[in-house]
Amino acid sequence: MKIHEYQGKQILKKFGVTVPRGIHCTTVDDAVKAAETLGGKVWVVKAQIHAGGRGKGGGVKVAKSLDEVRQYAGQILGMQLITHQTGPEGQKVRNLLIEEGADIKHEYYVAALTDRATQKVAIMASSEGGMDIEEVAHSTPEKIIKVFVDPLTGLTDEQALTLAKGIGIPEGSVAQAVDTFKKLYTTYMETDASLAEINPLIHEGDGTIKALDAKFNFDSNALFRHPEIVEMRDLDEEDADEIEASKFDLAYISLDGNIGCLVNGAGLAMATMDTIKLFGAEPANFLDVGGGATTEKVTEAFKIMLKNPKVKGILVNIFGGIMRCDTIATGVVTAAKEVHLSVPLVVRMKGTNEEIGKQILRDSGLPIIAADTMAEAAQKIVDAVK
Amino acid sequence: MSILINKDTKVITQGITGKTGQFHTEKCQEYANGKECFVAGVNPKKAGEKIFDIPIYASVKEAAGETGATVSVIYVPPAGAAAAIWEAVEADLDLAICITEGIPVRDMLEVRNKMKAKVAAGGKETLLLGPNCPGLITPDEIKIGIMPGHIHRKGRIGVVSRSGTLTYEAVAQLTEIGLGQSSAVGIGGDPINGLKHIDVMRMFNDDPDTDAVIMIGEIGGPDEAEAAQWCKANMKKPIVGFIAGVTAPAGKRMGHAGALISGGADTADAKLAIMEECGFTVTRNPSEMAKLLKAML
Repeated sequence: MKIHEYQGKQILKKFGVTVPRGIHCTTVDDAVKAAETLGGKVWVVKAQIHAGGRGKGGGVKVAKSLDEVRQYAGQILGMQLITHQTGPEGQKVRNLLIEEGADIKHEYYVAALTDRATQKVAIMASSEGGMDIEEVAHSTPEKIIKVFVDPLTGLTDEQALTLAKGIGIPEGSVAQAVDTFKKLYTTYMETDASLAEINPLIHEGDGTIKALDAKFNFDSNALFRHPEIVEMRDLDEEDADEIEASKFDLAYISLDGNIGCLVNGAGLAMATMDTIKLFGAEPANFLDVGGGATTEKVTEAFKIMLKNPKVKGILVNIFGGIMRCDTIATGVVTAAKEVHLSVPLVVRMKGTNEEIGKQILRDSGLPIIAADTMAEAAQKIVDAVK
Repeated sequence: MSILINKDTKVITQGITGKTGQFHTEKCQEYANGKECFVAGVNPKKAGEKIFDIPIYASVKEAAGETGATVSVIYVPPAGAAAAIWEAVEADLDLAICITEGIPVRDMLEVRNKMKAKVAAGGKETLLLGPNCPGLITPDEIKIGIMPGHIHRKGRIGVVSRSGTLTYEAVAQLTEIGLGQSSAVGIGGDPINGLKHIDVMRMFNDDPDTDAVIMIGEIGGPDEAEAAQWCKANMKKPIVGFIAGVTAPAGKRMGHAGALISGGADTADAKLAIMEECGFTVTRNPSEMAKLLKAML
């Protein structure tokens, strides 16, 4: 689960990381009031969307007067902000963060994430802050310093110092940087984050180390113990169909093709998508109905797939284990009738009660195309939508 | 022979009194030698009771002591599952198989590092399979987990996969063309897990009753590439490889918590390329896995 920058900064602040003073708002008038409340002569007007690259897309502006705050807030609120992470249609800006200006002397990068190979927490830092870190990793990998933290001991002073020295933090600010890295690690662990990134982390003219941005992603498996984070969820920033699917415990992801697929199991669902591509078409979605698919779940899955106007055909691929083929067949027939299915439907069923399932499909009176293998199913649906 | 488990393995079920634990314990008992294999359950509140004639003990340690069981299977709900794994490790079992899906990553990080620290301090090593896995089966001998037993046949092909249903797919293809399986192992779809592809490939390589292996992976993480490099230097048996997720977009979690492309090296294309380079026969058509393997024997 992702959150906005302003929420991320609230979390960092709670854990003792220094962040600029700022106020979240949703209207132009409130933006001006926020700037007045903050005082000073320079403010930053920042678009809040769940995607990076906001500055390049025109979603971050420095205002040198209250009039400019009003002007920029008006421009940014409501705009379709397009960044390399939003896709070509962009993301509508509904939230702003008004912040005091910062006296930036240098921009650094620091992030915490789980490293699968070592099964430890990696803290990654770089002297090249404010840029896309993947670009830095590609062009100047030597400028990225990494330490791996054993969760049983936590980030040690020595490791934190290695990071601070490694990215060239000036002597007078090293102690605060070490402290910041340790607090970032604590924040990461205590909130069950899967990513906690500060880009840029800066030092100011007076030596202060400050987090100018905050990007968090949380482990959805652990949200049950963080009601305060669940409250930060912003459904406006998420795909409406994916939200709808999650209500029925369906794992659904929208894609760009025209063949809808309904599969049980994440691996088999991906393999089905890949097979569709192999036979010359593109999948319209990833959809895993999981282990306990009921008729209701299958019906909802059909409705969600068919909401997508691009869908020209549907492929159902079920490997019946604990979930029996006859149960799924009944669900598919009921769903197809309820939604008045008008696109071609290919069903491939294998496993427990396969024959009974196939019989139910044949007896349904619906023009369901049967297939024995995934490859045959893909070939048949690709032919059917041509 | 087989890997990890056989007809003489004695199993403790942690979470036996829950709905999932009960359902699958009954199915496992019904399979092959299951009645002899599933000898104990654990639930501190129901110690002394029985379920399907299986005695329930207060702790894994007590269950192991009373029955001589060396393996446990875990169906405990996510919030308590990592603690259940640790209980099996503290009881010095040989192997813990965690079926549970949805365990917080931090809990897995902590328990994995505790397991490693125990071994480093000279303690007994307990292997972990999973979490978020279907378990493993040695056909006609024993099934521990949630896979449909009836699709398997005893034979000489090993199967290892992160995905449950893709394991079943490979097994069914093999059975259909007359190739049985030595063992089929689901290592699970979570980012922080126990046994990895490389560990299971090592075991299949050492198993005199395994002639060839189907190795199935998916997007996300470095495991398949690591296994491929090891196989290039060490594996003496033919391997068919498949990676799911060629069509998966970057940055999206594809059902499994661990199925997430986060860089250039963990895409399906990159993994397929490394596997091919390391001598695997790779396919982009998952319907062909068994057919390709048969052609190599």
